[in-house]
Amino acid sequence: MQNKASWDWEPGSRVIADTRDCSGGAEWIEEPYVSPDGERVAAVACVGEAQFTLCANGQPWENVFDKIWYPRFSPDGRLTAIVQSDGEWTLAVDDAPWEQTFAYLWGTRFSRDGSIIAASIQQDGEYGLAVDGEPWEGLFENATDFALSDDGSAGAASVQVKSLGQADIATFQQGVYSIAVNGEAWDAVFVNAWNPSFDAAGKRVAAALRHSLYEYGVAVDGVPWKSRFGSVWEPVFNPATGEVNAPGRVQGKWGLAVDDQMAWPARYAQLWHVAFTPDGKTTAAIVAPEFGSFTVAVNDRPWEATFPVVTDLALAKNGRAACLGSDCNKNFAICVDGRTWSGRYDMAWTPVFSDDGANVAVLVEKQGKRTVVLNDKVYREWFDTAFPPVFSPDGGKVLIRGISGGKFMRIVVTPDAFHA
Amino acid sequence: MGIEQRRIDDAGLARGMAALTPEKIAKTFQALIAGECGARLRTYVETCMRCGMCGPACHYFLSHDGDPSYAPVGKVSETMWKLLKADGKVDPRVIGDCAQIAYTECNLCRRCMHYCPLGIDTAYIISVVRRLCHKLGVTPMYIQDTAHSHSATLNQMWVKDDEWTDSLQWQEDEARSEFPDLRIPLEMEGADFMYSVIAPEPKFRTQLIYQAAAIFHTAGCNWTMPGTPGWDNSNMAMFSGDAEIMGRVERYHFETAQRLRVKRIVMGECGHAFRAVYDVGNRWLGWKMHPVPVVHSIEFFWELLDQGKIRMASKYPGPVTIHDPCNVIRGRGLMDKLREVVNHICDGVVEMSPNREHNLCCCAGGGVINCGPPFKNVRIVGNKAKADQLKATGVQTCIAPCHNCHGGLEDIIHHYKLGMKLKFLGDIIYEHMEKPGAV
Ligand code: SF4
Ligand code: SF4
Repeated sequence: MQNKASWDWEPGSRVIADTRDCSGGAEWIEEPYVSPDGERVAAVACVGEAQFTLCANGQPWENVFDKIWYPRFSPDGRLTAIVQSDGEWTLAVDDAPWEQTFAYLWGTRFSRDGSIIAASIQQDGEYGLAVDGEPWEGLFENATDFALSDDGSAGAASVQVKSLGQADIATFQQGVYSIAVNGEAWDAVFVNAWNPSFDAAGKRVAAALRHSLYEYGVAVDGVPWKSRFGSVWEPVFNPATGEVNAPGRVQGKWGLAVDDQMAWPARYAQLWHVAFTPDGKTTAAIVAPEFGSFTVAVNDRPWEATFPVVTDLALAKNGRAACLGSDCNKNFAICVDGRTWSGRYDMAWTPVFSDDGANVAVLVEKQGKRTVVLNDKVYREWFDTAFPPVFSPDGGKVLIRGISGGKFMRIVVTPDAFHA
Repeated sequence: MGIEQRRIDDAGLARGMAALTPEKIAKTFQALIAGECGARLRTYVETCMRCGMCGPACHYFLSHDGDPSYAPVGKVSETMWKLLKADGKVDPRVIGDCAQIAYTECNLCRRCMHYCPLGIDTAYIISVVRRLCHKLGVTPMYIQDTAHSHSATLNQMWVKDDEWTDSLQWQEDEARSEFPDLRIPLEMEGADFMYSVIAPEPKFRTQLIYQAAAIFHTAGCNWTMPGTPGWDNSNMAMFSGDAEIMGRVERYHFETAQRLRVKRIVMGECGHAFRAVYDVGNRWLGWKMHPVPVVHSIEFFWELLDQGKIRMASKYPGPVTIHDPCNVIRGRGLMDKLREVVNHICDGVVEMSPNREHNLCCCAGGGVINCGPPFKNVRIVGNKAKADQLKATGVQTCIAPCHNCHGGLEDIIHHYKLGMKLKFLGDIIYEHMEKPGAV
């Protein structure tokens, strides 16, 4: 991760680049992506028939490829993209393609600090993960649901460990799926094994399972829980206690199981997206106390404010919680600790808390223009496009990254730039 | 002729029946009725007068010269009524018969509901029978395999993660020889809509992706397609009775659209997928409505034509006839928009009779075509009525904006030697639109 403290937090606005600067010689420029610190803006540029490069702050990469997609900045500010030359795919990082190429590569993922970069690969019909350019030693007939641990030291995927014939329902029901960690599959096989996730240290892995067509469960490091559910959603580790939490369905209602015991009784019409504070003391989830009515429950206590749809649950370090409520993807509202802000938007992005949890900022869109809302107050300028806000380490300033008329602006503001 | 006289060998049904005991059947049935079936089923059981008015509503009944065992009420009495009367205490053979009826002799098309004086939804009752058969493991092999695929890959055809994006990029390449700056934008957050398709498109019918991209490109749409699973809007688990996997598939579909921050999902020309996304899967997950608006291609093409974003350079030489797919006509009421689009892009329409919300099903829907080759003839013979209807129009081209309908209609057109061409709306729009950006 870039050290946020070293970023330019001087209040003011700078034009970083004109996204059209790359267009000299380019047939077209694709949609822009911006670096976390707002110092760079990049886009794929088509520079000839089946010739593509990346252009950052008006400077094209030296390398030109037959295809480029999925340009993304890593949390440490490096610019990556999936590239193809002569029919072979790889990942390019800051204009340097990985040495090894693959029949296909997709799904770039980063460790939390961005120092490690991984991507899913297919080579000779076999599937796995490549980490910083090195593929797993063990590859599989198929692999999905890739995960990288927070520190990037380990990767996992749901893998197929036995072949299936055409419409081979018998073998399927005996179980052909498992979870592979760093290229090595668990001994146990299951009818389905989904959504592997790591603990905070990247040492243990939990996954959702289907033991038979009818019995769902959870496994931790290959060992299944005793509990069986009508259905489950992805398990996650509590970062402080290491307990595994998974939503489970019992007699048509959802609850939260923790380490093989029902901790939140099954009383919800839905329960998913479980999140924790770093101290592990607060567990929150998106829940539906009743059919058609969604909210957030913090430690099994649902808020009173409900919405037809709730998404984007975010938790602050100090236990505050925020989410988006919408009327089926319209009239987005921001709800913080159960209190709904007054603003309504055509679209909104995941709420962002300051490190101390005191402030919440959200990227929003209205009538095709985007801006940032801070604590229910709107920044004075609306942009053609904009990116999620970032707080300064002390939470007192907000970095706004927006593009208008092709110009990418990096703006640092204090709360007085926002108005009710 | 009862089901006993028309049993068909299917490896999935045979395997399922062999593993059953009467005790397991009774226990599973009783738990299902107590746990998952409420007033709706009870009301239907108690109010059905056995009047038989639903008979002529069903294409199977019509195609089998009024054989009462193919009447909706006949099929229900051979399955759910029989099970209820016996409180589930039946032998495995009965479950095999129930499965054959429920999976292959009813398309869940809901036509009969419109003919029943009490509005009884036979399709719902048959769905409950399917749910039971799923729970008992007695399901036709091919549809079961499809449900397995949904569980493992989140799409219905075992398409692997890389095959999906690779086929989109291939179609983008192909299309660039016609439109040099065409894009199939992948993972573009904040686009106006996410375009979702069913797995046969990347697998066998990539031309349809090309055509859609060409239309959106020409119309200047701001659109995207996902680069992750969640792209397939089809859902055979809904029809196999596996509600849990159905829910999983729909969760990923909607959450993919939510992650991409699109305003809505535009779906390709598929009917059952619309039902899964718009009506069934969303509700199983606890949403009253679809959490992201869902727009079927019929409606979306209507918008593009209405707003002048697509202009036709010529009309498709007609006359044509229109097949109304059950799930978007009876299920969503798109009959007028469908006609407006067809009249706009084709030279003359000869309506089938009956049509619109009273249309006869294609006999492929409801998962029946997904039960595979063993039951192909059931569909073909069971839809002679539709073949007669098509023939009576006297036209050469039938427009059917649904994948399943294409499958079903192709088979009857071939079998009954109707010599008709089948078209998607997208086929015609792509062929006959003005293409200012093409080389
Ligand atoms: S196929 Fe359609 S008309 Fe026939 S019984 Fe089933 S739902 Fe009713
Ligand atoms: S028309 Fe309705 S009431 Fe009459 S037999 Fe059919 S389902 Fe029963």
